[in-house]
Amino acid sequence: MNEFIRLVLLQDPNTRVVLAGAGLLGVCAGVLGVFVVLRRRALVGDAIAHAALPGIGASFLIFGERNVVALLAGAFVFGLLGVLCIAAIQMWTRVKEDAALGIVLSSFFGLGLVLSRIAQSTPGGNKAGLDGYIFGKAASMVQSDVLVIALVAVTTLVVVAFFFKELRLVCFDRSFAASIGRPVGMIDFVLLALVCVCVIAGLPAVGVVLTAALLIIPAAGARFWTDRLGYLVFIAGLFGAGAACIGVAMSAALPIPAGSRGWPTGAMIVLAAAAIFMVSMLLAPQRGVLAAVARRVAFKRKMSLEHVLRAAYEVTEDRKPGGFSWSINEIVRHIDGQAGLQRIINRAVRAGLVKKYIHGTRAGQYTLTDDGAIEATRLVRAHRLWEHFLIRHADIAPDHVHRGADELEHILPTEMIRAIELELGSTLPPAPPSPHQVVQGVRLEGNP
Amino acid sequence: MTQDAAMLSMLRGNCTIGFAISEYDLWVMLAGVLAAAACSIVGCFLVLRRMSLLGDAISHAILPGLAAAFLISHTREIVPMLIGAASAGVLAALLSGAMARYARVEESASLGVSFTTLFALGVVLIAFIPAGIDLDPSCVLYGSIEHVPLDTVVLFGVEIPRYIRTIAIVLIVNVVIVALLWKELKVVSFDAAFAASIGFGTAFVHTILVSAVAWTSVVCFEAVGSILVVAMLVAPGATAHLLTDRYPRMFVYSIILATSSAVIGYQLASALDTTAAGMMSVVAGVQFAIAALVAPKHGVFVKWMSRFLLSIRIRREDILASLYRELESQGAGTISLSASNPNDYVAACSTGNRYSRGLLTRISRRALRREGLIEEQLAGQLRLTAAGAEVARQVIRSHRMWESFLKEEVGLGPDHLHDPSHVMEHYITPQMRARLQSAYADRPDPHGKPVPPA
Repeated sequence: MNEFIRLVLLQDPNTRVVLAGAGLLGVCAGVLGVFVVLRRRALVGDAIAHAALPGIGASFLIFGERNVVALLAGAFVFGLLGVLCIAAIQMWTRVKEDAALGIVLSSFFGLGLVLSRIAQSTPGGNKAGLDGYIFGKAASMVQSDVLVIALVAVTTLVVVAFFFKELRLVCFDRSFAASIGRPVGMIDFVLLALVCVCVIAGLPAVGVVLTAALLIIPAAGARFWTDRLGYLVFIAGLFGAGAACIGVAMSAALPIPAGSRGWPTGAMIVLAAAAIFMVSMLLAPQRGVLAAVARRVAFKRKMSLEHVLRAAYEVTEDRKPGGFSWSINEIVRHIDGQAGLQRIINRAVRAGLVKKYIHGTRAGQYTLTDDGAIEATRLVRAHRLWEHFLIRHADIAPDHVHRGADELEHILPTEMIRAIELELGSTLPPAPPSPHQVVQGVRLEGNP
Repeated sequence: MTQDAAMLSMLRGNCTIGFAISEYDLWVMLAGVLAAAACSIVGCFLVLRRMSLLGDAISHAILPGLAAAFLISHTREIVPMLIGAASAGVLAALLSGAMARYARVEESASLGVSFTTLFALGVVLIAFIPAGIDLDPSCVLYGSIEHVPLDTVVLFGVEIPRYIRTIAIVLIVNVVIVALLWKELKVVSFDAAFAASIGFGTAFVHTILVSAVAWTSVVCFEAVGSILVVAMLVAPGATAHLLTDRYPRMFVYSIILATSSAVIGYQLASALDTTAAGMMSVVAGVQFAIAALVAPKHGVFVKWMSRFLLSIRIRREDILASLYRELESQGAGTISLSASNPNDYVAACSTGNRYSRGLLTRISRRALRREGLIEEQLAGQLRLTAAGAEVARQVIRSHRMWESFLKEEVGLGPDHLHDPSHVMEHYITPQMRARLQSAYADRPDPHGKPVPPA
């Protein structure tokens, strides 16, 4: 508990440093990730992170000491080399992107392991130091690391702001960008170089495997909330920073269970990002899964209700006034395969579209209310107009048009109905005659 | 760890059979070979179906499964480990598929989200495993092929490493599946839409493939680590794809490549005293690089080379043709003299402006001179020899007949005939020339120049 209070009040200088470093890294990776994900290159970050490893091993072998700048420079060179190899393989051979990524990733990483094993067996080789780059040690971040990350983050944000328009063009319409003379190759390269820098700045903190997560997850999560690039970049940066801070805070604050080696910070950051992603995926208003399910359910309900209204209209279509009541059985015969009919009718009753007779000879039967009749007429009209349209313009036989119209009647916009009316010309009754035989109705020889 | 190391060095030292290869080395190499073969068989389909990174994702995502299996069962027995890892691997595949499908996350992003999240979960879970148990993230990444011979089991009266038995079973299962589903996998790999349209169970084949990747990477990672699993799943298949266009050959090649990279990688690793799994994936990458450069048909150098040779041929023909035209304009008529009397039409031609500079030209001119098609004189003057005129005449003949053809059949205007014909003249085969000459040989070309005789 004491620990928790210290954390919340940012009393621990070490936590402050880690928090700042991870947060900046999160912003930087989140912002860049947007462009990487939009360019459908989500796994390039993963490949860069793996490909950078031999650079660390090589510069360790060359410079001996654990010279941070040399290590990061080596990592940058090899990361960029890996990206260029992937591009070259795609451009000049028949091998596709996925295989190119897989090959570069695994063989570079293998080389990294080979070199670092050799480095470890040299005098002064420190196993823990090199392993730190593979799994990351966010908790051991020091002030100079944070300065490097801050520099990277500022550079990234400035470059992204400066090239924002170009990046947008390249992300959304690469061939258009090329056709108006933008240097698309150059822009791609700048983007990849930035990703490279960002991944390498993240390596010591979150490690090879999880750096890719920082690029992909916040951007993919932010994508659920907006369709505008500017907001997207902002939200992704926010998510990245938020995930980093939550992850650091949790790994510092959660009590460490007995026998455990403590909460690994890098992994906690990724899990926090994943949690944000999950929440976004489920709850986002437009593109979220729950919203989509809700829209679907609502549409299904509307559809089944409208089917009942249309059936009620059609079974009573040929009757004289005073005979407009109907029973559930008639509706059942009219629309087969509609589950839960009683529930739907009850819903229509509650909505004031259908009235149920309680007393008298017609007790237990139903009739459309005035509102219901208007709505039903509108639906039948849309349905039949569309059928006529299909017969005339799509050359579909009268006994095949029903199903197509059945699906479309619910979504036909008014303008379209108006257009078909004009097209069909003649003055039509409120609902034109059906072009085919209607169950329980009169057969109308319909060819308007 | 030091105990292990001591034991390893003891094994290496004492078990030498015959020449330089010890029994220990043999077992380790066999483990690598079997794992590589098992991976590469499945990997061919991943490469063809452009799903290579599924292997990467699954082999990372198995970590939480392993950790959970250990935390529940408190053993490192193979069965609970396998169950845990396989379920995590399949979960990753399903999760990313569902995200791409239902939440419309872009495909590679959904793969990235699911496997990194599961890996992070695994790292967190592993932190709860007491130190000293040999299960940590690094064992998933690197594997421990060096420990394979230590844990043995008796099979048919012979003592073999337990792992060899497991991986052999996986290899056999994979071979049987590929043999049984050979045709189905082929159709789905090359034309998934067609397969679906003829009512093929594409989903079924896909599920089988994903499961095969899952259990193969689960079993292989233990020895060779997830990175080598990726290398062996992707690299041999992709390399074989560069070497051949035939489906059965691709499999044979990929198995040969995979097993040889295991053997070579192990030997190199022992020589350099470094990690065998890492070296094997480096070798697989190098094999791919070599194939990408010099594969007979699809290699980059080979393609460049054939393009270069084509440019040389075109440049040679252009030089000869331009000399011929020059000659024609000086002689103002058909060059129809016989080769027995060369001096009559070997005229000096100026080449100062057009064909004097550039690497291609210099190479072409040297070749033409060596073959006796031109003679070079002082001051850059070129002379067409009789043999050269012979070749040039064919080119000009093709050019002019093609111009007639374009005018008659395609209806191009007179000022649009030269450029396409200038390109086409180098590609007209004798058969085409024979067909053209039946119609256009006996009359001048659209510009009024005579078509030279064959």
